[in-house]
Amino acid sequence: MTTIDHDVQTETPFVPSFDTPSEEGRKLAIICSKGTLDMAYPGLILGNAALGEGIETHLFFTFWGFDMINKKTQSSLKATLLGNTAMHMPQGLGGIPGMTHLATSQLKKAIAELDIPEVPDFLDQIVASGGHLWACRLSADMNHLTEADLRDDVEGIISASDFIEMTAGAQLLFI
Amino acid sequence: MPSTTIAGRQINVNDEGFLLDPDDWTEDLGAEFARLIGVEMTEDHWKLVRYLRQDYKAQGETPTLRRVSTQTGMPVKQLFTLFPGKPAKKMAYVAGVPKPKGCV
Repeated sequence: MTTIDHDVQTETPFVPSFDTPSEEGRKLAIICSKGTLDMAYPGLILGNAALGEGIETHLFFTFWGFDMINKKTQSSLKATLLGNTAMHMPQGLGGIPGMTHLATSQLKKAIAELDIPEVPDFLDQIVASGGHLWACRLSADMNHLTEADLRDDVEGIISASDFIEMTAGAQLLFI
Repeated sequence: MPSTTIAGRQINVNDEGFLLDPDDWTEDLGAEFARLIGVEMTEDHWKLVRYLRQDYKAQGETPTLRRVSTQTGMPVKQLFTLFPGKPAKKMAYVAGVPKPKGCV
């Protein structure tokens, strides 16, 4: 911090340091591996925040996370009670027809009330902010998907080693 | 409380250098803030700055980048072009309001 003698009038104006050298070249890579609505958001929120701080940000979608960038599924991610004890409801309820739909619409409503965009819009915003989207080669092959099935702004389907190479020196988040 | 002299005026700022009292702000001060952080003000910049001040006054908090974009109709990409690097913080600084607290 730089405040020590700013109580006295100084010649040089005291201005926020928006481009601190320690953050130069900081890079963040987020691995999005989940396809449920609730678990799609952490990566989106953190990625978006990082971009707002001027940090180079890459999102890598793998396994179930593929649903976030698959044109067919990106708008219909769901939240479920099943296997999620943090919903604090009897697990048996989760199996009742309609419960997943109910949990999903509740969550969507809560998210919309906070003016947080839906997943496709959120990815639009991330790309507009300079974020990079990548798809996992193995997940694409397993699901017989090609670039044509994915959002147009996905920059490529890349292998695990490509990803490791590309994120040299980056901070990593696995979600 | 730190104070500093900008545009010939002594002003109170917080420990990051943001203007402490938004009511101390004038357009001259905003223009000088912008110059000091390397932003060349155009009509689009001023439009955003005025929106930020008006929304801060109405809501009691600084709008997030998403809110700025949806409310002004200016695309996010353009916000990053006008205030490169850290657009939300930079425009808040120029507008003399606190940096935004919201997550999205």
